[in-house]
Amino acid sequence: MKERRFVRELLESKQRILALSFVVGIVFLFLVIRLWHLQILNADDYRAMSENNRLRFVPVAASRGAILDRNGKVLVSNRPSFSLAVIPQEVKDKEALLTLLSTLLKLDRADMAERWDKNKDRAKYYPIVLSSNITRDHVEIVEENRMRLPGIEIEMKPVREYTSSQLAAHLLGYIGEVSEKEMNSTGFEEYNPGDYIGKNGIERALEKELHGSDGGRQLEVDARGRLLRTISESYPTVGNSVVLTIDAAVQKQAERAFGDQAGAAVAMDVTTGEILAFVSNPGFDPSLFSGKLPADVWQGYLDDKRHPLENKALSGQYPPGSTFKMITALAGLQDNKINDSTTINCSGSYDMGTSTFKCWNKKGHGATNLRKSLRESCDVFYYQLGEKLGVDKIAAAAQAFKLGAPLGVELLNEKSGLIPTSEWKLKRFGKRWFRGETLPVAIGQGAVILTPIQMASMTATIANDGMIYRPHLVKRIVDADGKTLRETKPEIIGTAAFSKESFRFVKQGMLDVVNAPGGTGAAARLYDVKVAGKTGTSQVVKLGSSKKSTPYHFRDHALFVAFAPFDKPEIAVAVVIEHGEHGGAAAAPIAGRILRAYFDGKKPLRRETGGTADEEDEWGKESGAPTVVNEPRINGGTVHD
Amino acid sequence: MIDRRLLTNIDWVLAGLVVTVCLFGILNIYSATIPYKIVGTAYYIKQFYWMLVGMTISLAACTLDYHILEDLSYWFYGLLILLLIAVLVVGRRSMGATRWLDLGLFNIQPSELMKLVIIVTFARFFNNFQSVDGLTVRDVLIPLTLLALPTALIMKQPDLGTATLVILIALSMIMYIGLRWSAIVTFVCVTIPMGWIGWAFLLRPYQKNRVLDFMDPERSRLGSGYHIIQSKIAVGSGGFTGKGFAKGTQSQLRFLPEQHTDFAFSVFAEEWGFIGCLLLIFLYLSLVLWGLNIARRCNDRFGGLLAVGVTAMLFWHIVINMGMVIGMFPVVGVPLPFFSYGGTSMITSMVGIGLLQNISMRRFMF
Repeated sequence: MKERRFVRELLESKQRILALSFVVGIVFLFLVIRLWHLQILNADDYRAMSENNRLRFVPVAASRGAILDRNGKVLVSNRPSFSLAVIPQEVKDKEALLTLLSTLLKLDRADMAERWDKNKDRAKYYPIVLSSNITRDHVEIVEENRMRLPGIEIEMKPVREYTSSQLAAHLLGYIGEVSEKEMNSTGFEEYNPGDYIGKNGIERALEKELHGSDGGRQLEVDARGRLLRTISESYPTVGNSVVLTIDAAVQKQAERAFGDQAGAAVAMDVTTGEILAFVSNPGFDPSLFSGKLPADVWQGYLDDKRHPLENKALSGQYPPGSTFKMITALAGLQDNKINDSTTINCSGSYDMGTSTFKCWNKKGHGATNLRKSLRESCDVFYYQLGEKLGVDKIAAAAQAFKLGAPLGVELLNEKSGLIPTSEWKLKRFGKRWFRGETLPVAIGQGAVILTPIQMASMTATIANDGMIYRPHLVKRIVDADGKTLRETKPEIIGTAAFSKESFRFVKQGMLDVVNAPGGTGAAARLYDVKVAGKTGTSQVVKLGSSKKSTPYHFRDHALFVAFAPFDKPEIAVAVVIEHGEHGGAAAAPIAGRILRAYFDGKKPLRRETGGTADEEDEWGKESGAPTVVNEPRINGGTVHD
Repeated sequence: MIDRRLLTNIDWVLAGLVVTVCLFGILNIYSATIPYKIVGTAYYIKQFYWMLVGMTISLAACTLDYHILEDLSYWFYGLLILLLIAVLVVGRRSMGATRWLDLGLFNIQPSELMKLVIIVTFARFFNNFQSVDGLTVRDVLIPLTLLALPTALIMKQPDLGTATLVILIALSMIMYIGLRWSAIVTFVCVTIPMGWIGWAFLLRPYQKNRVLDFMDPERSRLGSGYHIIQSKIAVGSGGFTGKGFAKGTQSQLRFLPEQHTDFAFSVFAEEWGFIGCLLLIFLYLSLVLWGLNIARRCNDRFGGLLAVGVTAMLFWHIVINMGMVIGMFPVVGVPLPFFSYGGTSMITSMVGIGLLQNISMRRFMF
């Protein structure tokens, strides 16, 4: 039985082989018919095409999209770069032409001849660049002598131009030739060697929008490679433009305010999360990076101890110091550890076990309640509160503000900062948390670090009574015709759930910091807008005290966060001056100038002195900024075991 | 070591056809690479070496009885799956795809080997499988799963061409066993919506572009449509007798892309004309029919299945490559066996020929 079936199957499979052979024959017949069609029926057409009409393809690079500020001011665009090119097929006397060119344009003859010879094997219709980046004068001379210069062409190609010199260099980023590694990474398969690509900043983060798509020309050339006509042309599609949330006027004032100090500032629209100013100082010249960067410039950037290439607003992480006290205060209010009338006595230091924690004011603040503790930035108040709360409750409050994780701005490599918890310490160091370590955390020292974006977001959240908007930099994407393609909608990413009353107490304290006698942030005061803020001075190393003799790298960071107007907040600002030493003296005036620029731009007030945003040197007098009160600094953040 | 009786049974028709095609291929590569700047050994010389290496491997594959493959098949399959996963994890990226595995001494392309391993795996599966009146849907669920796993891994690299070939080889073997009409209808009903899903979600934009370019070459005269147009001009302008050896203007002026590898047939068609193409197609047709003949003569089911699988592999390579060159199929990177330049293709095809030779030689052993 089984035998019979085997034989039957074998026979069947042999029949099937015959069927398959038949199918194979049919398929091959189709190939032959197709070849007949191409090589016999249409041979003459194709032969004509191959003999007379040779097709060549010349790529045309797309022009990159522009980057604009929120008011449509162009920050980055393209300018035409001219180069002198020759189309060899149109030249009869090469030597004479070169001689004429060098006399007319005063260009090096040998150099041009060398470039020509190097490319002589290419098709004769293909332009050879003899001199790149020629001046407009050169262009004019060539145009005037057009008749005497057969075969000479002026080629124009778009080059990136940074309209406002070095404004917001870190934010905008720069472009460069695509690297092999980039070409091999997902999403960039279509890039070819020599293509330009955003290397960092917005140029990189929005590469896909800005790049556009390259076009090309299909040329017909004859047997000797001479151009007969252009058959088809696909025009390059200009990249989309990116409209940022940045206000160039505010940005400019903010950058000027920094002078040569290193640091970062972020200003945010409290009601939307739009970032109005994004400063990392010192800046650099992005246009230098598109071509070959001169080695000495590069070395200069590397050697600068202020690290000009680092994007401090995005990736700089700093201990927030006393600007963190609002978080500790809110945690205490929510947990009923304090209320608005809780008063402690500050003697200038606080003893816990065998350790002594010093207040920045050695003389002590005396009887101190919450409002005074913020106004005068009393450390002892927060040491006591921190001890009662424990580190995890402070951390919970900070996490409610979405601190300790990237907030999700559009740029790449946003840092997350760090909010220490007992669990974190156990994981990281395998050791349990000591109570004494909570005290520095309560005043924003210890392991606490935040990025300037996080500090601005934290301040905006306080101003908003807990509503957290995602900080963002891109307002909308528009196409070449200015039509809006996409618009960023304000996005609420969370709520710091503390009572309205708690926020009121904290904000009142912040108002006093700037406006009340004894407040540490008086330098940020504006004559016409109520500003609320908080100073901070954060230790870089745990030295006893910082004097002018302290080396630059060991000096304390100066911080200031603020929002305004107090009653109906619109803008929040965070300023960090690296090694600026005193928050009130170094950072608060810069925050003040940023706020000034913002409110001036909104509705120019008092114009009798002719004060405009550009005359920022006059600003100090105009706004009547008060004398700077010596601000707090922490002397005893160290645990002396 | 080798049974002397076997030598007398060498299938000279098979060997003769393969060597003839290889020699035509080498001649053609010589012509196609004239306009290239050659650094080191010339392409046609290298191709000659590859042919020798391939024939040696092919001969070595004859010495062992192919029946041992039956026991090894699933091991091969498992090993290949591991290699395909390894490619995705630690593979070498080039041109936007990860296909190669660096083994220190040399690189291998596991997706290429999968073409052979799927043949062996399917042959093993169906050899132990008794079907009455054709396969039902239920019968092919396991083989389809065995097929889907490597195909998905190859698609992920991404390598559309190889994935398509693996599927075609496997389906050819299933058709050879025979499907019931009910099963065929079911598959048609399932494939169409699946195809839509694949188009909408799985294909990369550049892959979609290639298919669209093929359907309408005018759509992108500058992109891959350019290749199709140039190739058609080359083939068409060859006419009846061709432009003569090394005299093709399309190839000598380098209008063709990949003219020594995937578009090698384009160069041949331009220079040798319709007559030359007929000759080459006749050689390939003979090779495929001879492969089927070996399957027919083979008296055990496993050998028959193997022979059909290998023949299907050659057949689909030939048809897809030629179809692409003359504008009947989209541009997918599928080489013409023994004709396109390249060591990987040569060795895979030669191992296949070795298997056919092996089966052919042992047809009297039962």
